[in-house]
Amino acid sequence: MRRVVAAAIGLGSIAAALGASAEPPAGAASCSGCHPTAAVAASPVPRLLGLDRAAIVRAMQEFRSGKRTATVMDRIAKGFTDDEIQALAAWFASQR
Amino acid sequence: MSVSRRVFLRSGVVAASAALLPRPVRAQGAAPRVVVVGGGFAGASCARALRHTDPRVAVTLVEPNVTFTACPFSNGVITGLRELSAQQFTYERVAADGITVARTTATAVDASARAVTLADGPRLPYDRLVLAPGIDIRWGALAGYDEAASAQLPHAWKAGEQTLLLRRQLEAMADGGLVIIVAPANPFRCPPGPYERASLVAHYLKTRKPKSKVLVLDAKDTFSKQRLFQQAWSELYPGLLEWVPLSKGGQVVSVDATTRTLVTDFGQHRAAVANVIPPQKAGRIAEVAGVADRTGWCPIDPVTFESKLQPGIHVIGDAAIAGGMPKSAFAANAQAKTCAAAVVQLLSGKTPSTSKLINTCYSLAAPDYGISVAGVYQPSAGQLADVPGSGGVSPVEAPRAARAAEAVLAEAWFRTITTEAFG
Repeated sequence: MRRVVAAAIGLGSIAAALGASAEPPAGAASCSGCHPTAAVAASPVPRLLGLDRAAIVRAMQEFRSGKRTATVMDRIAKGFTDDEIQALAAWFASQR
Repeated sequence: MSVSRRVFLRSGVVAASAALLPRPVRAQGAAPRVVVVGGGFAGASCARALRHTDPRVAVTLVEPNVTFTACPFSNGVITGLRELSAQQFTYERVAADGITVARTTATAVDASARAVTLADGPRLPYDRLVLAPGIDIRWGALAGYDEAASAQLPHAWKAGEQTLLLRRQLEAMADGGLVIIVAPANPFRCPPGPYERASLVAHYLKTRKPKSKVLVLDAKDTFSKQRLFQQAWSELYPGLLEWVPLSKGGQVVSVDATTRTLVTDFGQHRAAVANVIPPQKAGRIAEVAGVADRTGWCPIDPVTFESKLQPGIHVIGDAAIAGGMPKSAFAANAQAKTCAAAVVQLLSGKTPSTSKLINTCYSLAAPDYGISVAGVYQPSAGQLADVPGSGGVSPVEAPRAARAAEAVLAEAWFRTITTEAFG
């Protein structure tokens, strides 16, 4: 635990990404509760910052439809519209 | 605490002198000042998100404790699965973000003058105030349960010494003892927490003291993740864990700390170890600031988290009435970041944009048996409401491998969220 925290120190956070001029779209702020923002993180949950936009859209749509196996993301994706998914994907793809 | 002992951690670019002015006067173009009271998941996350969203904002975090002790996973500490040190975090990295950490207690809020009074320091003027005080115990709301009684019948609902006390009591108990957990009526911090605790206590008894039993006396007839917990209990702890709902006489109406007796309308239960999770309310400063209503909790605007009772004061985390959102660490962290964005927009004279918020909450029925609830929320009719069709709990029918995977995700969640808030 300590080692993980130490490893993550100084590597920024989702909130750092919020400093970008564009405002994060609806829902974006919540994701970093599970998806690490540190470049090096000991988590099986993927980092979203800088991911391919189309890949995020596809994943969210497949979580929502049930096509892709999920633990919690199926339940979460169902709370977002196509437009919201597009906005989230564009925003995360643009972050580093 | 004397003025000389008061410790202010400052760093870098913080306009500390401006933050310490006795009057809320600020020059044109000066840094806007935000004071955040309470350094838990909500407060620490909000302070950091404010700085990162707009580095011009001067942020002061008021928190008396040098170390934060996290509640999520503290049921593992009680049952010997992990140490309290794994729950503890300092504010060093928070201060390194350019946040002034004031190690003291906020004792009063002057909403019209926009200033916070500290226990041992100057008044802190603010342009926006964020209160993240967590919970306080309603001492005396359950007859016989006052602060002295909690030394015999620990609540362990604020992690720290109480957590260790309950652990020691369990360790000292002879095999064959009866452990009783008293669960409160809604609303309270961490809705699945009493049932995760009952599960992990049962796991401890099964492996260490198998002639013992755990009894949950509940003031409710339903609870969070109920079907999943009950399924796990019948699978893992048959005959070892019994849940008594309100309708079967589960409501405890008084306690006797010296004899560890819990009284219901139907009879008395004498425990070897009793964990009383009592009724709760928003942390004290909420009441002092006039942002708590008659329920003891704080009504808020679902877009900005601004109090419906006092302008300029925002309330996040367990203290807030957040509609469908539960009082969880994940919700506190999500609210903190949403509130920070809204505060920055308000300070810039903009209209805060409407957001959606997520909650995800894992519980352990055993060390390798995780279950979860997730939800998505949006402002609706002045409240935060579930987005229709979203959210829900883990499937009731699932292989053990799926439960094991959720237990791994639970630990990963704890690492990630504590890193964001404190690391």
